[in-house]
Amino acid sequence: MTQHRTVPRQSATFDPSVIAEIQRAADTGIYDIRGWGAKRALPHFDDLLFLGASMSRYPLEGYRERCGTDVVLGDRNATYPLHLETPVTIAGMSFGALSGRAKEALGRGASEVGTSTTTGDGGMTPEERDQSKHLVYQYLPSRYGMNPDDLRKADAIEIVLGQGAKPGGGGMLLGQKITERVAGMRTLPQGVDQRSASRHPDWTGPDDLTIKIAEIREITDWEKPIYVKVGATRTYYDVKLAVHAGADVVVVDGMQGGTAATQEVFIEHVGIPTLAAIPQAVQALQELGVHRKVQLIVSGGIRSGADVAKAMALGADAVAIGTAALIALGDNDPRWQAEYEALGTTAGAYDDFQDGKDPAGITTQDPELQMRFDPVEGGRRLANYIRVLTMEAQTIARACGKAHLQHLEPEDLVAVTIEAAAMARVPLAGTSWIPGAGATL
Amino acid sequence: MDALTTPLELDLASSTLREVNATLHDAELVADEVVVRNPAGKHSVAVGLDRPMRVTIDGHVGYYAAGMNQSADVVINGNVGVGVAENMMSGSVWVKGSASQSAGATAHGGLLVIEGDAAARCGISMKGVDIVVGGSIGHMSAFMAQAGTLVVRGDAGDALGDSIYEARLYVRGTVASLGADCVAKEMRPEHHEELAALLKSAGFDDDDTHQYTRYGSARSLYHFHVDNTSAY
Repeated sequence: MTQHRTVPRQSATFDPSVIAEIQRAADTGIYDIRGWGAKRALPHFDDLLFLGASMSRYPLEGYRERCGTDVVLGDRNATYPLHLETPVTIAGMSFGALSGRAKEALGRGASEVGTSTTTGDGGMTPEERDQSKHLVYQYLPSRYGMNPDDLRKADAIEIVLGQGAKPGGGGMLLGQKITERVAGMRTLPQGVDQRSASRHPDWTGPDDLTIKIAEIREITDWEKPIYVKVGATRTYYDVKLAVHAGADVVVVDGMQGGTAATQEVFIEHVGIPTLAAIPQAVQALQELGVHRKVQLIVSGGIRSGADVAKAMALGADAVAIGTAALIALGDNDPRWQAEYEALGTTAGAYDDFQDGKDPAGITTQDPELQMRFDPVEGGRRLANYIRVLTMEAQTIARACGKAHLQHLEPEDLVAVTIEAAAMARVPLAGTSWIPGAGATL
Repeated sequence: MDALTTPLELDLASSTLREVNATLHDAELVADEVVVRNPAGKHSVAVGLDRPMRVTIDGHVGYYAAGMNQSADVVINGNVGVGVAENMMSGSVWVKGSASQSAGATAHGGLLVIEGDAAARCGISMKGVDIVVGGSIGHMSAFMAQAGTLVVRGDAGDALGDSIYEARLYVRGTVASLGADCVAKEMRPEHHEELAALLKSAGFDDDDTHQYTRYGSARSLYHFHVDNTSAY
């Protein structure tokens, strides 16, 4: 008689990764720290589609009619606003989290296509300044390496209140990456596990931020645009307060935005998706009468020209890429598969940026691993990638009849899921239904 | 008029803050000595100075007075608001009165003297500055202090030196409580010497360094460890 056995069934609640994490936590007694951004499935730009032109709209001729891509950032108060050739910018990533050669490559790639790159928690390196045509200098709670000379050398200043991967959390850089040079720049003992503050040391609320922004303007003689960056949470209110405080540009980073090292539980459970944040930010800017006057940069999960176009159609003036830029440089390249496997992972899933053992030589301070990465080649790859993103966005914009990427509008979009329709505030495809429309925030 | 001997006078009652700071930043400015009158509690007075010069601010000021100072010697004849000499790199800032919170925050170098008291978070995230406070300091002072020296002739509030790195703290009076990883340490001869020199530079030559206690990092939080989870 045949014996019937049930097939082993994995729990959806206690799936293999959950079980492995419980076992890891029980073994070690400390939380998991990793890089990258949220990896869970979230409503995202993939859930939106463009309505290309047909009878009721008139398209632009694909390869002949001009579709502008330039963007001016920070012209509200600064004597010298940034004028970028593409709205795809490079997000803040620190020297320390990344090797000096990787930072140099970001500068090279960005400069080649006329866009900006951004420092990170740890100060400005000469290599980065020299290679970056437009360099945004981050002003963070830790103030590691903060120096008025560098402030004056910057093309714009970004006051960081938080990032999408960890809104409300401070920076973290583990001892493996605190080499002599990194420690020197941050005034830290070599090899310590660096804990950064999550709050700025000399101001505590939006009214104080107003005074802080005025101080930085005075120090730099009102020459530089001042950005305020927030991790996406209560975005409507945060953007309103940032504008009131005097920001020339607001940067909103969704929870898919990357980090070099943060607790896994923080990355996956704090913050809101990029898609949900953009309409809140745009609403705040519109209600204050400053949409397009105070520019909005959106980051967190930008991968393709379609994502760029969708973010801009929802009202962003520009986007920033971090994780995608690292991948373009060569991060998670299958050529290093054997070494990824030796680290217990696989190409495409490697996220232990905190360990400093990156086989691609990008998220490391290891002298030998760093040398695997060629900053000239990396810069060229990044420039290629940004050109593709820009051309893809132009392709979509022309199909929607737009002569400039900034002419894209929410009316060009529909959603394929109810969640995305509600978050992005565009109709579900084939309907005029925007779930939640008319509800007050 | 001899610019080298007669101080240049700037008046915030008749000039804007922008005009005053722009004058102080002007590379063509020949005056080595400047007096700023009628500050009237304004914020960001004399911020971003970047050459050797002597600036006297005659009255009370608001937030961030002499912020990010480099090389200049600034004297404030009054009280100061939040973040005096924040992120100072070099030079000196001398407050004749008392200071609000976050005095000398994140400062990398130079000397900050506060003759009166300083409120909470004095020397927060300090990165190499020397701070001498004539009176007492508030809670959470020297939080995450990385480098430099903080001297307090009076008392310190709660959670002194929480999560401190390599800064050295000297307190003459009582400490309400120490923050995580901050401990009292032995005063060795080099510490008496360092403290005496700092007190002298701040005009307190007569203090007996033996009345002071040194505090610094126990260095037990330098590496993430399961046993320290309650301290993070």
